[in-house]
This record gives sequence, C-alpha cells and structure tokens, in this order.
Amino acid sequence: MSRYEAVIGLEVHVELKTDTKLFCGCSTEFGQEPNTQVCPVCLGLPGGTGVLNKKVVELATKAGLALNCAIGTYTWFDRKNYYYPDLPKGFQISQVFRPIAYKGYLDIDVDGRTKRINITRAHIEEDPGKLAHAGGSIAASHTSYVDYNRSGMPLIEIVSEPEIRSGDEAKAYLEKLKAILEYTGVSDVKMEQGSLRCDANVSVRPVGTTTLGTRTEIKNMNSFRAVQQAIEYEVDRQIDVLEDGERVIQETRGWVENKGITITMRNKENPDYRCFIEPELDPIELTAEWIEGVRATIPELPDARRKRLVAEHGLPDYDAGVITSSLALAEFFDAALQKYPDAKTISNWIMGELLRLLNARNMELNEAKITPDGLASLLQLIEKGSISHKIGKEVFETMFEEGQEPEQIVKEKGLSQISDEGQLARIIEEVIAKNPKSVADFQSGKKQAIGFLVGQVMKATKGQANPGVVNTMLQEKLGK
Amino acid sequence: MQLHTLLVHELSELMEKKEVSCEELTRDYLQRIGQVEDKIKAFLTVTKEEALAQARAMDEQRARGEALPPLAGIPMAINDNICTQGIKTTCASQILYNFIPPYDATAAARLKNAGAILVGKCNLDEFAMGSSTEHSAFYSTQNPFDPEAVPGGSGAAAAVAVGEAAFALGSDTGGSIRQSAAFCGVIGLKPTYGCVPRYGLISYASSLDQIGPITRDITDLALVLNTIAGRNAKDSTSASVDGPDFKKSLVNSVKGLRIGLPKEYFKTGLAPGVAAKLQEAVRKLVELGAVCEEVDMPHTEYAVPAHYIISCAEASSNLARYDGVRHGLRVEAEDVLGMFKKTRIRGFGAEVQRRIMLGTHALSTGNYEACYMKALKVRTLVKRDFERAFEKFDCLLTPTSPTTAFKIGAKAEDSLAMYQSEVFTIPVNLVGVPAMSLPFGIAEGLPVGLQLIARHFDEGTLLRVGYTLEQNTSEIRPKPGLSR
Repeated sequence: MSRYEAVIGLEVHVELKTDTKLFCGCSTEFGQEPNTQVCPVCLGLPGGTGVLNKKVVELATKAGLALNCAIGTYTWFDRKNYYYPDLPKGFQISQVFRPIAYKGYLDIDVDGRTKRINITRAHIEEDPGKLAHAGGSIAASHTSYVDYNRSGMPLIEIVSEPEIRSGDEAKAYLEKLKAILEYTGVSDVKMEQGSLRCDANVSVRPVGTTTLGTRTEIKNMNSFRAVQQAIEYEVDRQIDVLEDGERVIQETRGWVENKGITITMRNKENPDYRCFIEPELDPIELTAEWIEGVRATIPELPDARRKRLVAEHGLPDYDAGVITSSLALAEFFDAALQKYPDAKTISNWIMGELLRLLNARNMELNEAKITPDGLASLLQLIEKGSISHKIGKEVFETMFEEGQEPEQIVKEKGLSQISDEGQLARIIEEVIAKNPKSVADFQSGKKQAIGFLVGQVMKATKGQANPGVVNTMLQEKLGK
Repeated sequence: MQLHTLLVHELSELMEKKEVSCEELTRDYLQRIGQVEDKIKAFLTVTKEEALAQARAMDEQRARGEALPPLAGIPMAINDNICTQGIKTTCASQILYNFIPPYDATAAARLKNAGAILVGKCNLDEFAMGSSTEHSAFYSTQNPFDPEAVPGGSGAAAAVAVGEAAFALGSDTGGSIRQSAAFCGVIGLKPTYGCVPRYGLISYASSLDQIGPITRDITDLALVLNTIAGRNAKDSTSASVDGPDFKKSLVNSVKGLRIGLPKEYFKTGLAPGVAAKLQEAVRKLVELGAVCEEVDMPHTEYAVPAHYIISCAEASSNLARYDGVRHGLRVEAEDVLGMFKKTRIRGFGAEVQRRIMLGTHALSTGNYEACYMKALKVRTLVKRDFERAFEKFDCLLTPTSPTTAFKIGAKAEDSLAMYQSEVFTIPVNLVGVPAMSLPFGIAEGLPVGLQLIARHFDEGTLLRVGYTLEQNTSEIRPKPGLSR
C-alpha cells in the first residue's frame, strides 16, 4: 500500500530484580525517600570502588538464555564517558565491547502469523540517578534536584535488530519480551515504575530498497501502547518529510503523550563516549557448567506453555495466547483448573470477566481479590444450578472486589437460583396472567414469544430463577 | 626523651611498659610538627584535637588492661588522597578544597581500628600527578635534607623522615611512595596491586594506583603491612586471599638469594653518586651470600610513554566526577554545562588539566587504537620482561630514581622531564608487582634509594632483603640535616 517501509529497532532497559545494587550493598527498593539508598560507591564519591553483585550476573544470564542468546564465557565492564548531573561518576559502567548475552531472538505473532525478531545483544549496565526539575526541563529550570537512589541499580539493555516493521510488531515484541522476563523472574517489568523502559530507533525507506534511511531515536514512552502510537506517528512523519523532498534529521525525539506527536529533544551530535575497559572491576568469567546450571532454573516459557495449553487442554490457540501472555494469568488458570476441570469455561471467565475488570480498573492480577479456588467454586455453583450464569457474573465481581467465597456471597445476598417448581409456579401464573398478548402469540405459533415470558419471570425473581426450569414449566403450562 | 626519633616498634614497647603514655607521645609529635612544619610543609591538615582525643581514649583502654595491637597509640600521617571520615581530604586540589569524606578508606579504617593516631593529612601533587609536590594546589613540601630540593611526590615521606609522624600511608601510581622515600631517606613500599584494598583511595589511574606504607625501618614496615594488607569485600581489585604474617619475613639472611640487575636500569642518565651507591649495595649483598647477575629487560624504555598514556586515559575518566554537582568546588553559571566547565577550569591546576586532555585525546575515536590500545600492548610486553626475569631471579635490584632529589623548580615546567624522574619506578606499576625503596647512604648530601622488586604477592622477599641490609650495614638510616 505505502511506497515506504518502516525499519524499527528497539532498545529495552530492564531493571533486574535484586535486593541490592549492581556494585554496592544499597537497597533497590522502589519508592523510598530521595537519596536514602546511597553510599560512596553509587554516589561516585572520591575513592568509592565497587564490587560486582553476583546475582546480577545470574539474572542477566537467565534473561539471555530465555531470549535464545549465546552467553559469553569471558566478558567485562567498560566505561562510557559523558557528563550529566544524574551520572555521579561522569561515566556509566556498561558492557560496550563484550555483552554477556548476544545473538538471540524471540518470536512474535502479528495478524495470525509468527515472525522472528533477532536480538543483537543484552548487556549489563548501571542506571544513573533521576532528575527532578523545578521547571519543565533542565534548560528551563533554575534549580534541578537529583535523586541517586536509582544510581547503580542493575539493568540489562536488550537491543533488537532493526527487523521490526510496524507499531503493532513493536508492541507484540514488547509484550512477548515482558512475558519472558516475567516468567523467568529476572525483573518486575513494570513500565510505570520504570523497571522496563523502551527507546525506539525508527527510519523509513522505499519498499524494495535495502539501505537504511536516516533514523531518529524516540524516547519518553510510558506504555506499550505509547510505543506503538509513537512509532506509527514517527513513521508517518518521516514519510511526509521525504515526500516533501526534504531529509530526515538524525536526532533524539520525545513522545508527547497528550498531543500524540514526537518533538525534537536534542540533535544527535554523535557524542564520543571514549569507551575503555573499566579498570576497577574484574572480568566476568563463566564456565559452561555454571551457565547450564542457570539454564536449568528457567521455567516453562510463554510459547511452550501456550502450546501445552492447546495440546493438553484443548484450548483454542487464541485463548492460550492470551492466558500465557502473563505468568500471573497462566498460573491463575492452572490453579483454577486443578479444582474445576473444564479448561474452556475457565478460559472464558478469565478472558471475559477477569480481564474486563482488570482493564476497567487498571489493576494488576495480584491486586484483585479473587482467587483461582474461588473461581472454581463459583463455576461449580453455576454448574450445579445453584446460581445462574448471570448471577455468577455478579458474584464474580464481588469476589474480585472483596474476595469472599462465592457460597458466602450467594447466601448473604440471597442470590441462590430458584429451581423449586412449587416456588416458581406462583410467579409463572402471575406472569401468564399479566401478559395475555405474549401468551396468545406463543400459542398461535410464535415460539420466540416464550423468551419474553421467561425474561419476565427472571425479572420478577431478580434473576434468581433457573431459566431452564422456567422455560420447561412455561412450555408445559401453555401446552407447547 | 626525643620520642619522635624512635621507631614504631620501640614506641610500642615504651607504651606497653607504660613508660610513656599515648597522650605524651602524641603531644611530642604535635610539638615536633609545630617545630619543623613551617619549613617542611609536609601537611595540608594537622588533626591536633582529634589526635589528642584519640590518644586519651587509647590511654584509657590501656589503663583498663585491654590487649592492644602493636600500632595502638602510634602517631601516623596519611596522604591527602586517602579518605578519612570527618577529616578534610583534598587531594591537594582546589576542586576538593572543602571535601570532608563521610567514610574511611579501608586502609585508614584498619589503622584506626588498630589504634594508630592520625596526626595529619599530607601534601602531594594535585591528584598525585607529579613527582615533587610542586603541583600541589596549596604549597610545595621541602626536602628535609636540603631546603632547595624536592621531597618527591608525597609529603608523607618528608613527614616520616623528619619525625612528624612515626609512619605514614602514601599512594603510588608511578612511584610516588618509592621516589619520595628515596629522596627523603626513608623506606617506602608499593605493595602488589590488590594487596592493600584501594577502597577510599581517590583514583588517579585505577589500574596503577596502590596504597602503601612509609616507615623508618623494616620491622615497622612489617607491622604496618600486617595491619593494612588483606582482602576487602568492597574492592573488586583487592586480592582474594589474606596476607601472611609479614613479621615472619624479618630474616637476617640473603644466602643463595638470586638477585637480578636489569641492565637497562644502569645504562644512561644515572647520576654517578647513585651508581656508586648501587655498586656498593651489590657488593654488600654478594658478600652476604646473594647471587647478583645482570638481566635483560628490553622493553623498559617503552614503559614511561605507555604508563603516561594509560594513566592519563584512566585519569580523564576518573576525574570526570568533579563536576560541581555533589561535592567540592562549584562555580555557578547560567546553565549546567557552564557550571561543569567553569568548575573544572577553576578547580583543576594546569598539570591536571594537561593530563585530562591527553587522556581524553588518547581515548577518543581515531586515537584509541594508536594510543590507548598500543599502550596496553606495551604494558603486556613489559609484563613479559618481568615474568622472564622472575623465572631466573627471586628479586630485582635497581636504583629507585636516576638521581637524588632534584632542585625545586628544576622540572616544574617540563612535564616530560618530571615524568622521566620516575623511569625506574613506573614499570613496576604497569606490571603490578611489589617494590620497595630502601635508603642506602648519601650522595652529595642527599639520600640514595635502592629499589627492590619481587614477584606478585612476594612482599616477604623484599622485607627479607631489606632486613638483612638493615642488620648488616650502617647505610640504612641517614639522618636528615634538619636539626633533630
């Protein structure tokens, strides 16, 4: 359709889930008072030298293996030199020359087909501090504040090959990446807390050509949706620039969420980082046995789990994909299935009610009060006919909000389904008496009129009547 | 009693026997500082009140009958590029003129825990970049033997020589400990890289810097080394093993010891007085049963340029943190970039700026291969020279410096000439092996230093050779001309 093709590479920074920072013993806990989790090392005080946190190497290796990467048995840290107030040493310790993990890939599903996105590298580096400006930006502010709690937090930067072709693909890549990192337990992958951050390198070129166009780097995207939209905007912008006969300028652009546009942040002056081997840290030497030991700790990953849900439980591939997109959902599903052996019904409830409520309330699964056992009990109540499907949804919502057992909710709210024919007979009589026209319609052959009558009974019982029983009783009364 | 002329182990004994209190001793040293400091200017900060308070605490501990380590109550000086908690640590630089570290360097903490009394922080060239203290942002230190001569790159050696401290901690990136010890007639040891933790040593060149002791005799050296050596969980470059008991190396024998004399160190530029003293030392060692032979170390001449590039490159990065944001000097400006620039222009002296620029150049795209990488390759070749030499020899003997202490002002304007004065000490830092400068008599009124170099973590052999010479010659402890 378009004469242009987008070429997109993503750089994803992921904070590793450790108790302490990369080179010192300071806590990594999120959301503490500014500058309370600091020491001579992460503050870059004169004389502060650090020691590598072994847990970081383990988690980075695990992430690399889960992303199908090769793991370097001899790697090291390098210094990337540049000046910025949030960078306490005037250099960032990173792995420039030899990343711990390289040459990996992950598979994404877009429009019903699977595409492989190659991963160039995943390397360990330290996070800088965080700036807070009195004005909107460092240039516009008379005063800025620096919080070094984040300084020295362990990150891995995962760099993809420029093989992503659209905002949709970018979003699918990020979702898959997030799921894998969540499954392996290497990170909390919470974008809102900054434990996952994404920059996008975007360029366009005429379809059929292979040379790369001039790229821009897009920053400041706070959700996967924002990444998708920013890329779509930027691709269109670059195409417009080229169509106008102008040239794309190599620069860093920022996504402005409320306007839905990207704007120039800074022109890339190609900084010379003067990288060299970090002389204060030992190299990282890993044995094949150690790496295999880490590999053995990797749990079943999303793709494998999805296939298993299809093969073992007969779930549709789409359902299995949704459920395995997050470890918490997948575990919820498995736990519910232990107590209630109908996979498709559980899947329907997860994809319907559970996800609907989570999205509506913008919550994480662990914040919801409903448990897998609770869902299983609820489904049993429905199956036994104790409550209707419709009442079930109401009970589900209460369980979601308040976390009680479904039996208790049904009892307290008097929601049990009325299947007792004696109890229903009186109400059915009343409904027949009040709706002579529908009765006449039914008896004259308009079979669908019974639906209205059943509805009236349900209404009169506030939804508690067993619709199947009501239907049968009505049919009998009205002589088919 | 002239307490400040006594050795650490002698003072320790006196206090042990309660013949002198720690407070008396500390007052004696502080008085000595008051007497000579006007001329010597070895200190940037004298910690009189803290020292006396700590001395009284030490006396109380002793009065309670607590068993105290040998350094308890001994007055010491620490170079001002080693962090001391609550005590200004300036690196002799304007950029850290007001920096009070919130923590102790590991070596300083170990001495403090052993009860040593800090009497002050010593002068040095700014960020240890130099060999004369002339690049200190504050003032130059004087050589105790000659008011017109430099003391080497550290005021600590002068302080120990003249009795302002019983021992001191210095740092050695290209030879500062050893060269200043040689110039001032005291003993200076640069331990194996990693032997003494570097945590808290303000980095000049991380892969070369090492903290080490300056003392007046070998027994004292063993006592201090026993206290400061050994691994530290906070320092990735510190050795993963604990050091041995260095007192066991105080052996009066060099019988059968194979000592190499690197030819390249005796070739050119060696002052006749120094050369003569070296020959005398060799004769003495042979007489005592050592085997001394010449050895080739062909890459010696390339060590200085390689060291210069590597040290400047690392310095350009290590000194990037002085940007006015968190500590030390800040010069306000319109914007943050302006603040960085103004702070660094005003805060760093000319020599430091020169080395930052050279290092930045060496690491920048286009020069990296030709400068920095090549220097790393040379470093490997120099290492191989030493490896080969140590296949045949237990240790190497060289002059510490080609000359005795040079005159103030003689090299201050000539950066390269200044650098060349460390031509014999520099290769050791590139390789990481331990080396010690031992005073060996006087040539034309100034002390001469012998340099002994041993294998990685073989400080023991250095102590053994030093101890043997100390026991068998009278050349070892020259007295400074300054009246005692």
